Amino acid sequence: MAAVQDGQMELDAEKETKPEILSDGTSNLSGNTASGTLSSSPLTAAPAGGAPKMEDQQTLIAVLQFLKRNKLTDSVEILRREAGLGEDQEDSQATDGSGGGKGDVDGGDANSLLSRVSITSAAAPQSVIIFHSIIFFYSYRFGKVGGADDQPDVSVVLSAYSQQGDPSLYQVYYSGLKNFIESVLDCHRAELSQLFYPLFVHMYLELVYNNHENEAKAFFEKFSGDQECYYQDDLRVLCGLTKKEHLKGNEVLLDFRTSRFVLRISRDSYQLLKRHLQERHNNQIWNIIQEHLYIDIFDGMPRSKSQIDSMSGSLAGEGKREVNKAKVFHGLLKEPEIEVPLDDEDDEAENEEGKPKKKKTKKDSLGSKSKKQDPNAPQQNRIPLPELKDSDKLDKIMYMKESTKRIRLGPENLPSICFYTFLNAYQGLTAVDFTDDSSLLAGGFADSTVRVWSVTPKKLRKVKSAADLNMIDKESDDVLERIMDEKTASESKILYGHSGPVYGVSFSPDRNYLLSSSEDGTVRLWSLLTFTCLVGYKGHNYPVWDTQFSPFGYYFVSGGHDRVARLWATDHYQPLRIFAGHLADVTCTRFHPNSNYVATGSTDRTIRLWDVLNGNCVRIFTGHKGPIHSLAFSPNGKFLASGSTDGRVLLWDIGHGLMIGELKGHTDTIYSLKFSRDGEILASGSMDNTVRLWNSMKAFDEVETDDFTATTGHIHLPDNSQELLLGTYHSKSTPVTHLHFTRRNLLLAAGAYNSQ
Amino acid sequence: MAEERRQKLCSVILPTESMKAMAESVGVGSLQEDSCLALSEEVSYRIKEIAQDALKFMHHGKRRKLTTGDIDHALKLKNVEPLYGFQSQEFIPFRFASGGGRELHFYEEKEVDLSDIINTPLPRVPLDVSLKAHWLSIDGVQPAIPENPPPVPKEQQKTDSTEPLKAVKPGQEEEGSIQTKGQGASSAEVKGKEKMRMKPRSTHELSVEQQLYYKEITEACVGSCEAKRAVCVCNKCYLFLFQVRVNVVQNNLALLIYLMRMVKALMDNPTLYLEKYLHELIPAVVTCIVSKQLCLRPDVDNHWALRDFAARLMAQSCKTFSTTTNNIQSRITKTFTKALLDDKTQWTTRYGCIAGLAELGHDVIKTLIIPRLSVEGARIKAVMDGPVVSNIDKIGADHVQSLLLKHCASVVAKTRPLPDMVDQYKVDYGYLGTMLCSHVVKARAQAAFQAQTVNRTTLTITQPRPTLSVSQSGLSTSSGSRAPSIIKVPSSLTLMSTRPGTPTQPSPPATKYIVMATSAGAASTQQVITLSSSQSGSPVTSTVPSTPTSLQPLVKLESGNTGAVSGSRPLQKYIVVSLPSSSSSLENKSSSVLPSSTSPISMESAVKLERSESPAANTQSH
Repeated sequence: MAAVQDGQMELDAEKETKPEILSDGTSNLSGNTASGTLSSSPLTAAPAGGAPKMEDQQTLIAVLQFLKRNKLTDSVEILRREAGLGEDQEDSQATDGSGGGKGDVDGGDANSLLSRVSITSAAAPQSVIIFHSIIFFYSYRFGKVGGADDQPDVSVVLSAYSQQGDPSLYQVYYSGLKNFIESVLDCHRAELSQLFYPLFVHMYLELVYNNHENEAKAFFEKFSGDQECYYQDDLRVLCGLTKKEHLKGNEVLLDFRTSRFVLRISRDSYQLLKRHLQERHNNQIWNIIQEHLYIDIFDGMPRSKSQIDSMSGSLAGEGKREVNKAKVFHGLLKEPEIEVPLDDEDDEAENEEGKPKKKKTKKDSLGSKSKKQDPNAPQQNRIPLPELKDSDKLDKIMYMKESTKRIRLGPENLPSICFYTFLNAYQGLTAVDFTDDSSLLAGGFADSTVRVWSVTPKKLRKVKSAADLNMIDKESDDVLERIMDEKTASESKILYGHSGPVYGVSFSPDRNYLLSSSEDGTVRLWSLLTFTCLVGYKGHNYPVWDTQFSPFGYYFVSGGHDRVARLWATDHYQPLRIFAGHLADVTCTRFHPNSNYVATGSTDRTIRLWDVLNGNCVRIFTGHKGPIHSLAFSPNGKFLASGSTDGRVLLWDIGHGLMIGELKGHTDTIYSLKFSRDGEILASGSMDNTVRLWNSMKAFDEVETDDFTATTGHIHLPDNSQELLLGTYHSKSTPVTHLHFTRRNLLLAAGAYNSQ
Repeated sequence: MAEERRQKLCSVILPTESMKAMAESVGVGSLQEDSCLALSEEVSYRIKEIAQDALKFMHHGKRRKLTTGDIDHALKLKNVEPLYGFQSQEFIPFRFASGGGRELHFYEEKEVDLSDIINTPLPRVPLDVSLKAHWLSIDGVQPAIPENPPPVPKEQQKTDSTEPLKAVKPGQEEEGSIQTKGQGASSAEVKGKEKMRMKPRSTHELSVEQQLYYKEITEACVGSCEAKRAVCVCNKCYLFLFQVRVNVVQNNLALLIYLMRMVKALMDNPTLYLEKYLHELIPAVVTCIVSKQLCLRPDVDNHWALRDFAARLMAQSCKTFSTTTNNIQSRITKTFTKALLDDKTQWTTRYGCIAGLAELGHDVIKTLIIPRLSVEGARIKAVMDGPVVSNIDKIGADHVQSLLLKHCASVVAKTRPLPDMVDQYKVDYGYLGTMLCSHVVKARAQAAFQAQTVNRTTLTITQPRPTLSVSQSGLSTSSGSRAPSIIKVPSSLTLMSTRPGTPTQPSPPATKYIVMATSAGAASTQQVITLSSSQSGSPVTSTVPSTPTSLQPLVKLESGNTGAVSGSRPLQKYIVVSLPSSSSSLENKSSSVLPSSTSPISMESAVKLERSESPAANTQSH
């Protein structure tokens, strides 16, 4: 612990060189950071409506009361501090707010609380769910402090199941509906078949909740085989649940319950269903549909089976149509203009070579590129970004020089792949990252260590000790060179500090820092100058599966088992934003190239895109049939690729919020995805020991994003994986953990040799 | 598939006995049945929950195997103290025990003596993690370097070699056109290289690169590094002949033995498609069998072992690779026979020829070697008894003699009817007759002993394979041309007598053949099948007595259906099976089996044709 504290101070000391970042964030950041953890939810960042303030406050107070009653004092403290509420204020509000609720015992009291919140927020139905998630989050975070069995929120959630029906009739109801759906016209059948799974789960849970164990088992055995194969994982969880007590504390099912399963059904099909259920007076099913499902009705042709299949598979159904309607500024930020040093460098280089002509063309191309303003780009200062340091500028120059030497890739011109194999890793390699300039390589290991290698001849050196630093001449030109201690030069360094397997590593763009996230619930920031830990960011409390630096540094995002992703700034020990909404672990997190958005993939088989500015979820992509383990943004920021355990890569158009491609070929989990520097080629690396190259340009070009598709969200995916596959490269026995394109478009792959 | 899934999903819970056992282990003596049930349900659920969480850790650990560490982490998620003392990289060897109708899985914990641990030297420190870079692909083409897997899978190698035109044609591989192009290019490259290297081989000149390359690969193969050896071996078969020549010239026995072992390793490697390289391998092996001189001091060094080994290797490759198109076996047989028939052949070569032929199986011995026994005997006698020509010759003759005795004895024991008269042997086999006779007697005794043991443990194997018998019966009529697929039938079966006790029938050769008669009625006779055979000998081998044992019908006889015709006779079923014989004979016999039961049993005889041009090849009669 002491080490961490020291680290903190060191960090602060270093940060003094750029205090402008802190003050820079005044307009947006500081306001939000004041509200800390909560700022992610629309409670504070809600769009300015009529009187959202008042409602928000009431909701907040309700939450506070709720927490208080359950003796979650820590949470109350933190929430109050974060929200900036005085105690008296809350009390006064509470007394005139909920009279009857106070007298009740635990369960009822929570109910009344709920109803009160729903009254206040009737105008904005979303906030109920938000409220849920907040309660969840807090109880989740501190639930164990307050006592594990004291989980009234669970009973609130589950009490909805308490309605009684004749348990023996459940099978009759379900098979009745099944018969009906199987007898309707083909065009409706596919759509209505979507009902099977959520109905099945809810009916089963109702049976279990009402202690009809045998009926539940019989029900499960009879109908579980009918469900789509991609729900098998959930069914496996479900079949273990046979008792009411089991329902408590099973997060998956709580999620299922709290979030309504979203179905998209055409109006015709819906009418058909409604008529059928009303004719049969099949109230049981109708109630479930009313209470637990969200049916998103659209006008027009019913969708085909393949259309539905391509979008379904997630834990909570498809995303609603309107969630993907928000505007996303997916364009790139304007490149900062770095003229003078560029010229200098170029002059030198060209004078040596004696080709002065080349200089002009080069300059023009670079200049025109950076000046072009993308209409989809966010404002330059939409989120405050750190100012460029001199060293950053130098790096930019290097980058530009390198990029002129970049190989133009294409189907006729495939990249070379250099494979870095970790030997003797004993199955312990869990995460890998390369620096952008491909000079350093970091590996996270199951034995809690992080190791950094230099893959160039330049060795890794530490900074001299403080005493030695005093000796050197600070005015000399090569002071940066002088501070390094030659005696410590080595090809690799080991960073000790975590107390659990390291699941994510990420270099800062300036190569001075390294982030690592671990099973121990922390994210650690390491200095690559001293090779020591600077900060341990605590908050997740549960394993942190992934972390990544923003492309501009300073910010980073992390996601973990607690089902939230968090946005941090390196100089804040608490997160700036919490992105809550996923129904299961957040498995991977990626920054958009313009740093304004964060994409997260999750075990609930959805991908969400979050706005860093206000913490809103702006896109929900469904379609994967397994947990998502890799994400990659295209370099132009327009597209997103995602890979999952089902071995498929899906391509998404961020602007339209649509799935635009499916790349089939891998036979195992895809752990790594990367676009080439100019976006021509997508490389995917998988557990099946292969690297595959895909023609991403062709995949994107072939997409017809007409208005109809864009508005309805009905997509027709061409099955052209084989045409898009450019190459498959087998390694001997090395699963591919990470892929990286160098600035010249050489593909680097990394993985640990698996001797079995 | 769906059903499997459903089965898997059915909730499985721990047996209540486990609960009881666990309760007892912590000192709770009597546990109510109800409590056991409740406990087991709860425990099962929790275990499943933990297992599901542990899976998450496995996925994030980027592993395919769940470890005990994953379970620990999953427990930690639930705020449960992890299990201590179960740190294991590998699987935990659960032992299984059953008794009294109860089954038990347990983890064997041995009591460890601390002093043992203290006294044992420390294990080697595991190697540290290190990083190694290699090219997985260069401009889209995967280079053929040891770090990369063999460029193409065996199936494709096969198509490549059998259909070379097709392989280069782009656009037909499922990998996509580019991939094909790349592979086409690489295989073309490889072919080009082959050619380059084959050229100097014929001129016996080595470029510097080749010398280096040769040195490198030999080092790798002869050296201690197993992995490296495997790697080199898979890519560079075609260098063998070349190496063998070099070494034969240098008379380096040790290296030759290594090389032969490499060939053996190559053949044992199931992932290689060696057919492509047979033309390189076989001459090398043959050289090692029949070469006049394999070592610097032929009188001292044991080059005989090398010849034996190479001969076995040869037989193995004949067995594996011989097809109608390449005719390996017949060609090899021809080569050996030719050398054997030549009077001027050296003893060393003669030894190799005999060894090579003998390894090819009993039938080859019978048709090719036994007829020559008297000739060879005379030759040996000349060396042994005559004036001392040279020590080397004497040693050679000695070796040839023992070799002949070794191989012929077992064959003669099988083929020659009793009794073993020394005089008769002398007449038949000349000089070697006496010794042969004693060997045969020995062999017979051994065989009888083994037969006894076999009879004790009767195996019941029923393999009704109607399609096979049909195809076989079809074969018996077509004598000349046959479908190549049939030849692949690994070994023909030998039908043995159903009356093992009958003295006129020799006992079955050790453990290879078993005849079973299963009958519904106990009174059914055992004499349902009698065998009558045609003369199976060739003109050359006319001295060989034809006995039923030489028959090799690949049959399944079922008298059941026809038994019904005869009315009262109970159902009988005769099935002849063969256990895979280690030395399958490729010498082919015609046979016919005629049952003498009341029901006329249709029978099929397997006919295998000797396709070699050896003198004994033309056997076919009914």
